[in-house]
Amino acid sequence: MVVDGLSEAEADRVFHAMADKTRRDILARVVLHEQSVSSLSRQYEMSFAAVQKHVAVLEHAELVGKHRQGREQIVRANTSTLRRAVELLDSYEQLWVQRAKQITELLTSEKGEADDRHPL
Amino acid sequence: MTVIRSEKDPDNLTLTIVAEFDAAPDVVWDVWEDPRKLERWWGPPTFPATFTRHDFMVGGQSRYHMTGPNGETPRGWWQIDAIDKPRRIDFLNGLAGDDGEPLPQLPPMSGSVTFESTESGTRMTAVTNFTDTEQMQAMLERGMQEGMTQAIGQIDALLLSPATHV
Repeated sequence: MVVDGLSEAEADRVFHAMADKTRRDILARVVLHEQSVSSLSRQYEMSFAAVQKHVAVLEHAELVGKHRQGREQIVRANTSTLRRAVELLDSYEQLWVQRAKQITELLTSEKGEADDRHPL
Repeated sequence: MTVIRSEKDPDNLTLTIVAEFDAAPDVVWDVWEDPRKLERWWGPPTFPATFTRHDFMVGGQSRYHMTGPNGETPRGWWQIDAIDKPRRIDFLNGLAGDDGEPLPQLPPMSGSVTFESTESGTRMTAVTNFTDTEQMQAMLERGMQEGMTQAIGQIDALLLSPATHV
Protein backbone atom coordinates (compact mmCIF):
# COMPACT_ATOMS: atom_id res chain seq x y z
CA MET A 1 0.00 0.00 0.00
CA VAL A 2 1.32 3.42 -0.87
CA VAL A 3 1.64 5.78 2.05
CA ASP A 4 2.75 8.80 0.17
CA GLY A 5 4.10 11.76 2.09
CA LEU A 6 2.54 10.77 5.42
CA SER A 7 4.49 11.15 8.64
CA GLU A 8 4.55 8.13 10.93
CA ALA A 9 1.99 9.74 13.26
CA GLU A 10 -0.30 10.52 10.33
CA ALA A 11 0.07 6.99 9.01
CA ASP A 12 -0.80 5.62 12.47
CA ARG A 13 -3.99 7.67 12.51
CA VAL A 14 -4.93 6.54 9.01
CA PHE A 15 -4.36 2.87 9.81
CA HIS A 16 -6.22 3.19 13.10
CA ALA A 17 -9.13 4.83 11.29
CA MET A 18 -9.17 2.17 8.59
CA ALA A 19 -8.90 -0.75 11.03
CA ASP A 20 -12.64 -0.53 11.74
CA LYS A 21 -15.24 -2.01 9.41
CA THR A 22 -17.87 0.67 10.03
CA ARG A 23 -15.35 3.43 9.37
CA ARG A 24 -14.25 1.82 6.12
CA ASP A 25 -17.88 1.59 5.13
CA ILE A 26 -18.56 5.23 6.02
CA LEU A 27 -15.54 6.28 3.98
CA ALA A 28 -16.68 4.17 1.03
CA ARG A 29 -20.06 5.90 1.13
CA VAL A 30 -18.82 9.47 1.40
CA VAL A 31 -16.24 8.91 -1.33
CA LEU A 32 -19.18 8.44 -3.67
CA HIS A 33 -21.44 11.17 -2.27
CA GLU A 34 -20.98 13.66 0.51
CA GLN A 35 -23.73 13.23 3.07
CA SER A 36 -24.88 14.32 6.50
CA VAL A 37 -24.01 12.51 9.72
CA SER A 38 -27.72 11.90 10.30
CA SER A 39 -28.15 10.36 6.85
CA LEU A 40 -25.13 8.13 7.57
CA SER A 41 -26.49 7.11 10.96
CA ARG A 42 -29.73 5.92 9.36
CA GLN A 43 -27.67 3.34 7.44
CA TYR A 44 -26.22 1.64 10.51
CA GLU A 45 -27.71 -0.09 13.49
CA MET A 46 -26.08 2.30 15.91
CA SER A 47 -26.81 5.62 17.49
CA PHE A 48 -26.21 9.02 15.90
CA ALA A 49 -23.57 9.64 18.59
CA ALA A 50 -21.74 6.41 17.76
CA VAL A 51 -21.65 7.26 14.05
CA GLN A 52 -20.51 10.77 14.92
CA LYS A 53 -17.60 9.27 16.89
CA HIS A 54 -16.58 7.14 13.91
CA VAL A 55 -16.70 10.22 11.69
CA ALA A 56 -14.53 12.08 14.21
CA VAL A 57 -11.85 9.35 13.99
CA LEU A 58 -11.90 9.58 10.19
CA GLU A 59 -11.69 13.36 10.48
CA HIS A 60 -8.72 13.12 12.88
CA ALA A 61 -6.94 10.97 10.28
CA GLU A 62 -7.81 13.65 7.70
CA LEU A 63 -9.64 11.09 5.60
CA VAL A 64 -12.85 13.12 5.70
CA GLY A 65 -13.80 16.74 6.35
CA LYS A 66 -17.01 18.19 7.77
CA HIS A 67 -18.84 21.38 6.95
CA ARG A 68 -22.17 22.78 8.10
CA GLN A 69 -25.18 23.13 5.87
CA GLY A 70 -28.06 24.61 7.84
CA ARG A 71 -28.53 22.34 10.81
CA GLU A 72 -26.78 19.39 9.17
CA GLN A 73 -23.13 18.41 9.34
CA ILE A 74 -22.04 17.25 5.92
CA VAL A 75 -19.23 14.70 5.68
CA ARG A 76 -17.03 14.71 2.61
CA ALA A 77 -14.05 12.55 1.68
CA ASN A 78 -10.70 14.35 1.59
CA THR A 79 -9.55 13.62 -1.84
CA SER A 80 -6.01 13.86 -2.89
CA THR A 81 -6.04 12.11 -6.24
CA LEU A 82 -3.87 9.28 -5.02
CA ARG A 83 -5.92 8.70 -1.89
CA ARG A 84 -9.08 8.76 -3.96
CA ALA A 85 -7.60 6.17 -6.30
CA VAL A 86 -6.75 3.93 -3.33
CA GLU A 87 -10.29 4.23 -1.97
CA LEU A 88 -11.86 3.42 -5.33
CA LEU A 89 -9.49 0.47 -5.79
CA ASP A 90 -10.60 -0.74 -2.32
CA SER A 91 -14.19 -0.89 -3.57
CA TYR A 92 -13.22 -2.87 -6.67
CA GLU A 93 -11.12 -5.15 -4.49
CA GLN A 94 -14.25 -5.88 -2.45
CA LEU A 95 -16.14 -6.63 -5.65
CA TRP A 96 -13.48 -9.09 -6.85
CA VAL A 97 -13.11 -10.80 -3.48
CA GLN A 98 -16.84 -11.32 -3.57
CA ARG A 99 -16.69 -12.63 -7.14
CA ALA A 100 -13.97 -15.14 -6.15
CA LYS A 101 -16.14 -16.25 -3.26
CA GLN A 102 -19.12 -16.75 -5.58
CA ILE A 103 -17.01 -18.71 -8.08
CA THR A 104 -15.93 -20.98 -5.20
CA GLU A 105 -19.57 -21.51 -4.22
CA LEU A 106 -20.52 -22.26 -7.82
CA LEU A 107 -17.65 -24.76 -8.27
CA THR A 108 -18.51 -26.41 -4.96
CA SER A 109 -22.19 -26.81 -5.90
CA GLU A 110 -21.23 -28.19 -9.34
CA LYS A 111 -18.93 -30.70 -7.71
CA GLY A 112 -21.75 -31.76 -5.38
CA GLU A 113 -24.12 -32.26 -8.34
CA ALA A 114 -21.51 -34.29 -10.23
CA ASP A 115 -20.95 -36.49 -7.18
CA ASP A 116 -24.70 -37.04 -6.90
CA ARG A 117 -24.84 -38.21 -10.50
CA HIS A 118 -21.89 -40.54 -10.13
CA PRO A 119 -22.07 -41.99 -6.63
CA LEU A 120 -18.95 -43.90 -5.64
CA MET B 1 -10.14 -18.56 1.89
CA THR B 2 -9.87 -18.42 -1.85
CA VAL B 3 -8.35 -15.00 -2.45
CA ILE B 4 -4.69 -15.39 -1.69
CA ARG B 5 -3.38 -12.01 -2.70
CA SER B 6 -4.54 -8.62 -3.86
CA GLU B 7 -2.44 -5.74 -5.09
CA LYS B 8 -3.59 -2.20 -5.58
CA ASP B 9 -1.47 0.10 -7.68
CA PRO B 10 -3.01 3.57 -7.34
CA ASP B 11 -0.37 5.20 -9.55
CA ASN B 12 -1.34 3.05 -12.50
CA LEU B 13 -4.97 2.47 -11.43
CA THR B 14 -4.51 -1.28 -11.54
CA LEU B 15 -6.05 -3.94 -9.33
CA THR B 16 -4.71 -7.49 -9.23
CA ILE B 17 -6.59 -10.29 -7.51
CA VAL B 18 -5.10 -13.79 -7.19
CA ALA B 19 -7.49 -16.56 -6.18
CA GLU B 20 -7.11 -20.31 -5.94
CA PHE B 21 -9.81 -22.87 -6.61
CA ASP B 22 -10.02 -26.63 -6.03
CA ALA B 23 -10.91 -27.36 -9.64
CA ALA B 24 -8.98 -27.89 -12.85
CA PRO B 25 -8.30 -24.87 -15.15
CA ASP B 26 -10.83 -26.02 -17.76
CA VAL B 27 -13.52 -26.20 -15.08
CA VAL B 28 -12.71 -22.69 -13.81
CA TRP B 29 -12.52 -21.50 -17.43
CA ASP B 30 -16.09 -22.68 -17.91
CA VAL B 31 -17.46 -20.22 -15.32
CA TRP B 32 -16.27 -17.46 -17.69
CA GLU B 33 -17.31 -19.06 -20.97
CA ASP B 34 -20.78 -20.36 -20.02
CA PRO B 35 -23.09 -17.33 -19.59
CA ARG B 36 -25.42 -19.27 -17.24
CA LYS B 37 -22.43 -19.87 -14.95
CA LEU B 38 -20.96 -16.40 -15.44
CA GLU B 39 -24.16 -14.74 -14.27
CA ARG B 40 -23.99 -16.68 -11.00
CA TRP B 41 -20.87 -14.80 -9.89
CA TRP B 42 -20.39 -11.62 -11.94
CA GLY B 43 -22.79 -9.43 -9.94
CA PRO B 44 -22.86 -9.01 -6.16
CA PRO B 45 -25.52 -11.20 -4.44
CA THR B 46 -27.94 -8.27 -4.23
CA PHE B 47 -27.24 -7.34 -7.89
CA PRO B 48 -27.38 -10.64 -9.80
CA ALA B 49 -26.31 -10.41 -13.43
CA THR B 50 -28.20 -11.59 -16.50
CA PHE B 51 -26.20 -12.03 -19.72
CA THR B 52 -28.45 -11.55 -22.72
CA ARG B 53 -25.53 -11.96 -25.13
CA HIS B 54 -22.14 -13.64 -24.67
CA ASP B 55 -20.26 -14.21 -27.91
CA PHE B 56 -17.28 -15.96 -26.41
CA MET B 57 -14.81 -15.45 -29.25
CA VAL B 58 -12.12 -12.93 -30.15
CA GLY B 59 -13.92 -9.71 -31.06
CA GLY B 60 -17.12 -11.10 -29.53
CA GLN B 61 -19.54 -8.89 -27.65
CA SER B 62 -21.45 -9.48 -24.45
CA ARG B 63 -24.40 -7.56 -23.03
CA TYR B 64 -25.62 -7.87 -19.48
CA HIS B 65 -27.68 -6.15 -16.85
CA MET B 66 -27.81 -6.53 -13.13
CA THR B 67 -30.98 -6.40 -11.08
CA GLY B 68 -30.76 -4.46 -7.85
CA PRO B 69 -32.92 -4.78 -4.75
CA ASN B 70 -34.97 -1.72 -5.76
CA GLY B 71 -35.56 -2.90 -9.30
CA GLU B 72 -32.72 -0.84 -10.79
CA THR B 73 -31.00 -2.49 -13.76
CA PRO B 74 -27.51 -1.13 -14.39
CA ARG B 75 -26.30 -2.35 -17.80
CA GLY B 76 -22.87 -3.24 -19.07
CA TRP B 77 -20.97 -4.79 -21.92
CA TRP B 78 -17.84 -6.78 -22.68
CA GLN B 79 -15.73 -7.08 -25.75
CA ILE B 80 -13.34 -10.00 -25.88
CA ASP B 81 -9.91 -9.06 -27.22
CA ALA B 82 -8.00 -12.31 -26.75
CA ILE B 83 -8.75 -15.93 -25.88
CA ASP B 84 -6.17 -18.62 -25.18
CA LYS B 85 -8.20 -21.51 -23.77
CA PRO B 86 -7.79 -22.46 -20.92
CA ARG B 87 -5.02 -20.01 -20.07
CA ARG B 88 -6.00 -16.41 -20.73
CA ILE B 89 -8.88 -14.05 -21.53
CA ASP B 90 -8.46 -10.33 -22.29
CA PHE B 91 -11.59 -8.24 -22.39
CA LEU B 92 -12.99 -4.74 -22.14
CA ASN B 93 -15.84 -4.06 -19.72
CA GLY B 94 -17.87 -0.88 -19.85
CA LEU B 95 -21.15 0.70 -18.87
CA ALA B 96 -24.10 0.64 -21.21
CA GLY B 97 -27.06 2.97 -21.53
CA ASP B 98 -30.72 2.08 -21.06
CA ASP B 99 -30.74 0.59 -24.58
CA GLY B 100 -28.03 -1.86 -23.49
CA GLU B 101 -25.45 -0.47 -25.90
CA PRO B 102 -22.04 0.93 -24.83
CA LEU B 103 -21.92 4.53 -23.60
CA PRO B 104 -19.37 6.07 -25.97
CA GLN B 105 -18.39 8.92 -23.64
CA LEU B 106 -17.22 6.54 -20.92
CA PRO B 107 -14.04 4.55 -21.56
CA PRO B 108 -14.20 0.84 -20.67
CA MET B 109 -11.89 -0.78 -18.15
CA SER B 110 -9.65 -3.52 -19.44
CA GLY B 111 -9.46 -6.89 -17.79
CA SER B 112 -6.99 -9.72 -18.22
CA VAL B 113 -7.49 -13.02 -16.47
CA THR B 114 -5.02 -15.89 -16.48
CA PHE B 115 -5.41 -19.47 -15.26
CA GLU B 116 -2.52 -21.60 -14.03
CA SER B 117 -2.64 -25.22 -12.99
CA THR B 118 -1.55 -25.85 -9.40
CA GLU B 119 -1.22 -28.99 -7.27
CA SER B 120 -4.66 -28.46 -5.76
CA GLY B 121 -6.44 -26.94 -8.75
CA THR B 122 -6.21 -23.55 -10.41
CA ARG B 123 -4.66 -20.21 -9.62
CA MET B 124 -6.65 -17.43 -11.28
CA THR B 125 -5.12 -13.97 -11.59
CA ALA B 126 -7.51 -11.17 -12.57
CA VAL B 127 -5.94 -7.82 -13.47
CA THR B 128 -8.19 -4.82 -14.01
CA ASN B 129 -6.78 -1.62 -15.45
CA PHE B 130 -8.77 1.59 -15.15
CA THR B 131 -8.48 4.78 -17.20
CA ASP B 132 -9.29 7.39 -14.56
CA THR B 133 -11.09 7.84 -11.24
CA GLU B 134 -14.20 9.25 -12.96
CA GLN B 135 -14.65 5.97 -14.77
CA MET B 136 -14.08 4.01 -11.56
CA GLN B 137 -16.69 6.05 -9.77
CA ALA B 138 -19.29 5.87 -12.56
CA MET B 139 -19.40 2.09 -12.32
CA LEU B 140 -19.72 2.09 -8.53
CA GLU B 141 -22.44 4.73 -8.60
CA ARG B 142 -24.73 2.44 -10.52
CA GLY B 143 -25.89 1.00 -7.24
CA MET B 144 -23.17 -1.57 -6.80
CA GLN B 145 -21.72 -0.07 -3.66
CA GLU B 146 -24.41 -1.64 -1.50
CA GLY B 147 -23.76 -5.13 -2.74
CA MET B 148 -20.04 -4.82 -2.41
CA THR B 149 -19.83 -3.78 1.20
CA GLN B 150 -21.08 -7.28 2.03
CA ALA B 151 -17.64 -8.59 1.16
CA ILE B 152 -16.06 -6.53 3.91
CA GLY B 153 -15.82 -9.51 6.27
CA GLN B 154 -13.56 -11.16 3.73
CA ILE B 155 -11.44 -8.05 3.37
CA ASP B 156 -10.93 -8.16 7.13
CA ALA B 157 -9.51 -11.64 6.76
CA LEU B 158 -7.25 -10.41 3.97
CA LEU B 159 -5.93 -7.56 6.06
CA LEU B 160 -5.02 -9.97 8.82
CA SER B 161 -2.96 -12.24 6.64
CA PRO B 162 0.64 -11.17 6.02
CA ALA B 163 1.96 -10.51 2.52
CA THR B 164 -1.45 -9.43 1.32
CA HIS B 165 -1.05 -5.74 0.75
CA VAL B 166 2.05 -4.68 -1.03
